[in-house]
Amino acid sequence: MNMDLKQLYQEIILDHNKNPRNFKELDHATHHAEGYNPMCGDHYEVYLEVEAGRITDVGFKGAGCAISKSSASLMTSCLKGATIEEAKEMFQNFHRLLTEDMEPGELPGKLCKVEVLQGVKSFPTRIKCATLIWHTMNSALEGKEEVTTEG
Amino acid sequence: MRAEASITGQAPPALDPYKIRADFPILHQEINGHPLVYLDNAATTQKPAVVIDRVQQYYQLENSNIHRGVHTLSNRATDAYEGAREKVRAFINAQKTSEIIFVRGATEGINLLAHSFGEQYVKKGDEILISAMEHHSNIVPWQLLCERSGSRLRVIPMTLLGELDLEKYKRMLTSRTKLVALAHVSNALGTVNPVKEMIDLAHKKNIPVLLDGAQAAPHGPIDVQALGCDFYTFSGHKMYAPTGVGVLYGRRDLLVTLPPYQGGGDMIRSVTFGKTIYNDLPYKLEAGTPNIVGVIGLGAAIDYLEGIGMSPIAAHEQSLLEYANKKLLELEGLTIIGRAAKKAAVISFLLKDIHPHDVGTILDQQGIALRTGHHCAQPVMDFFKIPSTSRASFALYNTKEEIDNLIAGLKKIDEVFK
Repeated sequence: MNMDLKQLYQEIILDHNKNPRNFKELDHATHHAEGYNPMCGDHYEVYLEVEAGRITDVGFKGAGCAISKSSASLMTSCLKGATIEEAKEMFQNFHRLLTEDMEPGELPGKLCKVEVLQGVKSFPTRIKCATLIWHTMNSALEGKEEVTTEG
Repeated sequence: MRAEASITGQAPPALDPYKIRADFPILHQEINGHPLVYLDNAATTQKPAVVIDRVQQYYQLENSNIHRGVHTLSNRATDAYEGAREKVRAFINAQKTSEIIFVRGATEGINLLAHSFGEQYVKKGDEILISAMEHHSNIVPWQLLCERSGSRLRVIPMTLLGELDLEKYKRMLTSRTKLVALAHVSNALGTVNPVKEMIDLAHKKNIPVLLDGAQAAPHGPIDVQALGCDFYTFSGHKMYAPTGVGVLYGRRDLLVTLPPYQGGGDMIRSVTFGKTIYNDLPYKLEAGTPNIVGVIGLGAAIDYLEGIGMSPIAAHEQSLLEYANKKLLELEGLTIIGRAAKKAAVISFLLKDIHPHDVGTILDQQGIALRTGHHCAQPVMDFFKIPSTSRASFALYNTKEEIDNLIAGLKKIDEVFK
């Protein structure tokens, strides 16, 4: 297997795909959104419980490829305990990490361990797989119910 | 598709894919450090050098607008363009060249018909019949027509094998049915539908039939008169011709009754601000400067295919299908979606619970190109309760060796996800 591929499907990603963390609906979610990638059928729902500006619990459900699912699992692991501002900052940073010529160290503010997904950058057609869940989370925080990767 | 081999009882001359590969420049390259294995032919096929050269020759020696100039170049372009129409006529055995309408592709062929046939024949309360295995191109234009006209779209169901339920189909043909629009071959499942039988059943009730031949025309002999279909449409780019060109065939007695699809140049005889008189067929349905070079390229592709023979092509692809089926099913945890008795060389499959996009990415890193996703047939995916599949689709230049590469590639994926 070549290096790019090893980087893309590294162990931590495969582990999060196989055993996704926070793979659950929340009964008392204050925020919820649905994310859909019509190009490949990836489909997720994100649930957030926000108290006094802080994310106290987070869960997701749905189905998709290993990249989208592990990204979702990694994201939820990072968001627990974060403030809404921190969550949005992480979203911006994650997005920039995959779409701009940036190294993790160059990004301002908080970026959780989702940087293991940086390898996706070598696979332009797969970037949306990794960012779908973050867009969905962001929409939930902004009170939008639905988001798609197209349009 | 008509399998001539079985009709005559003689096997067609065998085709040597290695010889054929020499005709396709694009195949001789490495992708991600591996020789290219191109198995996405149902999406689009590669182009032989004769087609590429024909396109270049047109721009270097013939480029001009057609049907209007008195100068030599315009005559050359017109002759080449109309010559291609005759090639298409012969290729599908239509009766007249005026029954061959050039369009952008099968999608436009269907949209043209939904518009013009719809305007003429489909009223409130009428029904259009399609099948459960249609490509979005043969669903959405009819949905749009139904919205415009107040008519209703009905769907012939299929079985879990991916075959249409003919008993239910018979009962759905009623006095309200104005058209049956049906895939000749399913792009997502590979099913070859029993179109001759289905056309006969519709004709018993005087219902015309459109066949979407996008996945059929490149892979075996087509005879629209023997099939008896009223309309047939296909795309050039799926049959080794350039993109942006396709064909809508229609029976002349039906085509003459249709109003124009688009207005513009070439489709008129005379224009005043008071009234426009339309041109004869086929020009009435070809508004504006067409894709001249695309049509000429399609003519070159047809010459190329007929030089090999559609029956040997069909036989070669059937042998690839059989081999791939056997090899794929030897892999643990591999499921084939679409197991109809009669199939074209298209195989949709799932490998364990590994998502097709991961399959596609890892195969691409080994130089193997196949399609992953819903194949523009979301209702088919919904029917099988899956979001997507991986699809290997074969063409005349594919080899058994390439299928072995695919199998080796799939085994590597299994290792990654272990």
